[in-house]
Amino acid sequence: MATTAEHFQAHDDAAHHDHDHKPAFFARWFMSTNHKDIGTLYLIFAIFAGIIGGAFSGMMRLELAAPGIQYLDTFARWFGEANPSFDQSLHMWNVLITAHGLIMVFFMVMPAIIGGFGNWFVPLMIGAPDMAFPRMNNISFWLTVAGFCSLMLSAFVPGGTGIGAGIGWTAYAPLSTYGATGPSVDFAIFSLHLAGAASIMGAINFITTIFNMRAPGMTLHKMPLFVWSVLVTAFLLLLALPVLAAAITMLITDRNFGTTFFDPAGGGDPVLYQHLFWFFGHPEVYIMILPGFGIISQIVSTFSKKPVFGYLGMAYAMVAIGVVGFVVWAHHMYTTGMSVNTKLYFTLATMVIAVPTGIKIFSWIATMWGGSIEFKSPLVWAMGFIFLFTVGGVTGVVLANGGVDDVLHDTYYVVAHFHYVLSLGAVTALFAGFYYWFPKMSGRMHSEFLSHLHFWVFFVGVNTIFFPQHFLGLQGMPRRYPDYTEAYAYWNEISSIGYVIMASSLVIWFVNIIYAYTMGKKAEDNYWGEGATTLEWTLSSPPPFHQFETLPVIEDKGHH
Amino acid sequence: MAGTKNHDYHILEPDILPFLGSVSALLATSGGVLTMHDMAAGKYVLLVGFFGILFTMFQWWTKVVREAHEGHHTPVVQLHLRYGMITFIASEVMFFVGWFWAFFDFSLFPSEIAEVVGGQWPPKAIEAVLDPFDLPLLNTLILLCSGTTVTWAHHSLIHGDRDGLKKGLWATIALGVLFTCIQAYEYAAAPFAFGQNTYGSAFYMATGFHGFHVLVGTIFLIVCLKRAYNGDFTPKQHFGFEAAAWYWHFVDVVWLFLFVAVYVWGGWGAPIH
Repeated sequence: MATTAEHFQAHDDAAHHDHDHKPAFFARWFMSTNHKDIGTLYLIFAIFAGIIGGAFSGMMRLELAAPGIQYLDTFARWFGEANPSFDQSLHMWNVLITAHGLIMVFFMVMPAIIGGFGNWFVPLMIGAPDMAFPRMNNISFWLTVAGFCSLMLSAFVPGGTGIGAGIGWTAYAPLSTYGATGPSVDFAIFSLHLAGAASIMGAINFITTIFNMRAPGMTLHKMPLFVWSVLVTAFLLLLALPVLAAAITMLITDRNFGTTFFDPAGGGDPVLYQHLFWFFGHPEVYIMILPGFGIISQIVSTFSKKPVFGYLGMAYAMVAIGVVGFVVWAHHMYTTGMSVNTKLYFTLATMVIAVPTGIKIFSWIATMWGGSIEFKSPLVWAMGFIFLFTVGGVTGVVLANGGVDDVLHDTYYVVAHFHYVLSLGAVTALFAGFYYWFPKMSGRMHSEFLSHLHFWVFFVGVNTIFFPQHFLGLQGMPRRYPDYTEAYAYWNEISSIGYVIMASSLVIWFVNIIYAYTMGKKAEDNYWGEGATTLEWTLSSPPPFHQFETLPVIEDKGHH
Repeated sequence: MAGTKNHDYHILEPDILPFLGSVSALLATSGGVLTMHDMAAGKYVLLVGFFGILFTMFQWWTKVVREAHEGHHTPVVQLHLRYGMITFIASEVMFFVGWFWAFFDFSLFPSEIAEVVGGQWPPKAIEAVLDPFDLPLLNTLILLCSGTTVTWAHHSLIHGDRDGLKKGLWATIALGVLFTCIQAYEYAAAPFAFGQNTYGSAFYMATGFHGFHVLVGTIFLIVCLKRAYNGDFTPKQHFGFEAAAWYWHFVDVVWLFLFVAVYVWGGWGAPIH
């Protein structure tokens, strides 16, 4: 991108050394109106929540390592069940899968990728001094924390059969209505209300910021692709979350005030809940992955030292994914007894999404083609993303077929599929973004060696966890069960070993962070060199507390 | 904090209200859970949370008004507020899509297996519905009329007629309160109960959430009236008023859909109360 960055850079630095004083500790971190500090808070929170959500998955892999029920009663005791019955132990399994799913979706991926990187880099990349609504930005963060607290509370109060909410992250009725009558489920539902309100306000903030605060000369068609991705994501959040809010409010009134939205005895329809949920839930999966697409585009372009291939196609592919993503929701519901014609439509519409997604995959490859490629850690992570996301995307096309899904629905094949696009896709994009921008945020360089090591151990780990789950699913192992027959033992054991490998890669990551803060070199303004052309590289590392006090001007030199 | 800022954006000082509001929201939802399950201290936690939220909102928007007076709302910041309000209303529209979705599911595909429904709409258990062309039609006219009075207030404001602004707002608020009173009367006199079947669920939750939005819109307009008496708003800058008017129109449009779909079409052919 062509900028006159050097001009204002000099000015900015000079102006800032005088009065770049930050507020005192409490005011800075509890009363923040600064997009970079709020982004940092989001990232720290997401790491914290991710450790808890990851611990839950560790407990699940431990239980699943061998056939039989081994540890669930112990886990139930940890959460305060004094003498758990067999049913209460099994209920603990439902609590684990519920907490893992909700935490990873709402309190890890979304806060990290939108709240964290979005907050940090959208204003920097469009040349803005802050977000449009800095105070509302802060309530978005703290409401997310409030939602997380509500979810944590739910784990320690009765949920029906036992302690905790065992309703699945989808909270299907009637399990979430008269199937689990304890207060725990209400705490879990309200946690979604709180996190949802936070995300809607975040979406309003991003849309307003991106439309109104681009630096002079930065037209929509000159915006970095990460900003495009957050813009599309914000629209998905804005339009999808309120429908979830309505659906879970119906759960609350069905549970507590005698309505019969999902109670067949009163004429209600449990499948209605699934429609409402997935009308939100399908855009939600794009909410989690689109910002990752944006990050990958920045990284691939930076380390190929080339503008991204087919910039406009890349931007509008994301718009297309966002739009079509609203009309495919019932492919999550093929086995609810819908008509063949309906299945036909949803199969077709779902497969259409493979087209813009393919545009993205091939354009990333075309960007690298003939590029002067440097295999720095962010690019290695990004290439890992492209590979793993493609695997997950291909199994997605398999599952899109209504007929095939009749067989594979609710098996481990589905678990493998969505973990390839999320755990291996979105999370890999998060790590790619982390290594790309960490020195910009902290001012310290991480170790390239440890970053590469982290990547390879993580890559081997996650593939060992999830690739065998394709086999398990094709063999017919159902998801959401704590026990299985002897026939599934082999690949389950492999999968659990993979978890240990993946978890040890996170240790390397933490060591890398400690290395950066203790021994890491001071980061230069643009430590990735000539390939990194967006506006954040014109600023110091870390950027001044308030950047762009004189707005940068983007010169018209054509596209990216 | 900001030094030599050479742009028109609004850089804010640190503020405790977002933290306070979030803690209050958590208290309110937690208190709500405790209350719904008749657990200890539930009501008190709920009340503390509820008033915490009200306090936060009051303080927050007081600050926004003060910042407007201090000149922080430059043209671009006013544009932010416009985008913010439009997108907020868009999200509200999607919230009502959820309730209409439930209504149309129940009314287009009435349950065959539930005895209270019996495969018909309105369900068997509903002995009579409200006559749409009685009070609901009156309410429709009241809201449509209030849409014109708020426009009267707006045009008066633009043309510098402060008196017309106040009169238009008074009329709009009065019509809004009248609507709410009639709606409350209808609820009390309705021949069917809250919940129990799909009709009592969809009808009361959809119209109830609309009624709540009417209340919020009325309060928004009352704030605008108070500000009009305080001498706020100029013919060129009065976004607080415009936001209230937009919100009011949104509430009006939702009602038109409710009236046509739920009251007229949804009760067609049923015995009238």
